[in-house]
Amino acid sequence: MAKVLVVTSGKGGVGKTTSTAALGVALAQMGERVVVIDFDVGLRNLDLVMGAERRVVFDLINVVQGVAKLAQALIRDKRLENLWLLPASQTRDKDALTDDGVGRIIAELRTKFDWILCDSPAGIERGALLAMRYADEAVIVTNPEVSSVRDSDRIIGMLDSKTVKAERGERIEKHILITRYDSARAARGEMLSIDDILEILAAPLLGIIPESQDVLRASNVGSPVTLNNAASAPARAYTDAVRRLMGETITMTVPVERKGLMRRLLGRRAA
Amino acid sequence: MDAIAKATRQPIQMRGRSYVAFTFSPVVPIAGWLEELDATLARSPGFFQGKPVVIDLSAVDLSQPAIVHLVTSLEQRNIRVLGLEGVEASRVTTTMPPLLAGGRHCMLAQIEPKKPEAKPKPASLLIESKVRSGQSIISEGDVTVLGSVGSGAEIVAGGSIHVYGALRGRAMAGFNGNAAARIFCQKIEAELLAIDGYYKTAEEIDATLRNHPAQAWLEGNIMKITPLN
Repeated sequence: MAKVLVVTSGKGGVGKTTSTAALGVALAQMGERVVVIDFDVGLRNLDLVMGAERRVVFDLINVVQGVAKLAQALIRDKRLENLWLLPASQTRDKDALTDDGVGRIIAELRTKFDWILCDSPAGIERGALLAMRYADEAVIVTNPEVSSVRDSDRIIGMLDSKTVKAERGERIEKHILITRYDSARAARGEMLSIDDILEILAAPLLGIIPESQDVLRASNVGSPVTLNNAASAPARAYTDAVRRLMGETITMTVPVERKGLMRRLLGRRAA
Repeated sequence: MDAIAKATRQPIQMRGRSYVAFTFSPVVPIAGWLEELDATLARSPGFFQGKPVVIDLSAVDLSQPAIVHLVTSLEQRNIRVLGLEGVEASRVTTTMPPLLAGGRHCMLAQIEPKKPEAKPKPASLLIESKVRSGQSIISEGDVTVLGSVGSGAEIVAGGSIHVYGALRGRAMAGFNGNAAARIFCQKIEAELLAIDGYYKTAEEIDATLRNHPAQAWLEGNIMKITPLN
């Protein structure tokens, strides 16, 4: 049965789009049929991170308004044949999304895919609400910082009240994904600890993605990190997260960068 | 948990409202009047189709079967009778359209289709600045942009599009059926080019043209893109 998963955070810049793309790729690599939807109407980015920006013709708003059929707007990934993208419009704003239209699209996608990943825009307004509206599960992307954690707490409150599932009195399953985790800074006590975050948010941990240059590099070449460099620490962390999403039990580790020998020998200059 | 609110009883809401309807005033002989009606329908078939029609019987004295005959004759001509007027209530049976009263005269809107006026040639639009991501410029005529068109911006023109900077967004020329429209730009990095509905995405644009001045036009249903100069 199809699962609708919203990737959300409240705060901007924490890695929602990067995570949506990386999780989508990892799911597709495991043989699942996956569609990733960009809900950030007016500030779309998922097409760039997925490397599909040169093939966008129709978008989510065209389908919501009945200008184009769903099949016309879906873009198939060139590297993974069971991965698809439904891009957002850049020239419109979130008001062009309607509850009915989104519901219709999600219902149609449910018949065609195993996983529907909704990349939510930042904020708690219309766009973010409609991205989570029809979700069965949610991945809450959080950075180990107080501002990000508080915003995530706010978003969890909305997941529990504003989604169709919540309105029916059912529980929406929530997963915390901690991104941009810097173990060196954590060791020095400069970041919120994982335990503190989980204590505040009171939801199960899905994964810890280390801060890494690989993520930035992958986004800039339009290839999600799980595809661009599958052996890198963030890619392994995303893949583990996906296996947990699919029900496997995997011990939680904080993947670390494998430093080169020279870096390990001469990593720090003595004072 | 008592989350489900009890259904409260909603009283049925009834309000009066008046509508505009055509009124027919048949005259005797009814057969002759129907012939006249047929002649009108022959000139403009479907004229009354789906429109509300009321029959004013005050000028004639029809028996019950005659009223039934008149109503069915109209129905055979695809005219649906909304109600009757100007007849005693005793002659109206339950199977007939209901009796109406209190109608008032009003002007009916002009129904003749207006001849399309000769449109003045749409003016061209000049944009002196850069068109940024998310902006959408729509014009019936030609569009000239002196700056660049950013990725995620779009220019939609009834005529041709001229971009003197880099075209990184979308350009859609000749949107209302003008196949002769063209797209010109100083530097082609477009996400999508379209002329009269025929489009090419960035991927389909020859990579050797990128970053060079180029123009696009239609030859039949094939979009040609060639370097300028």
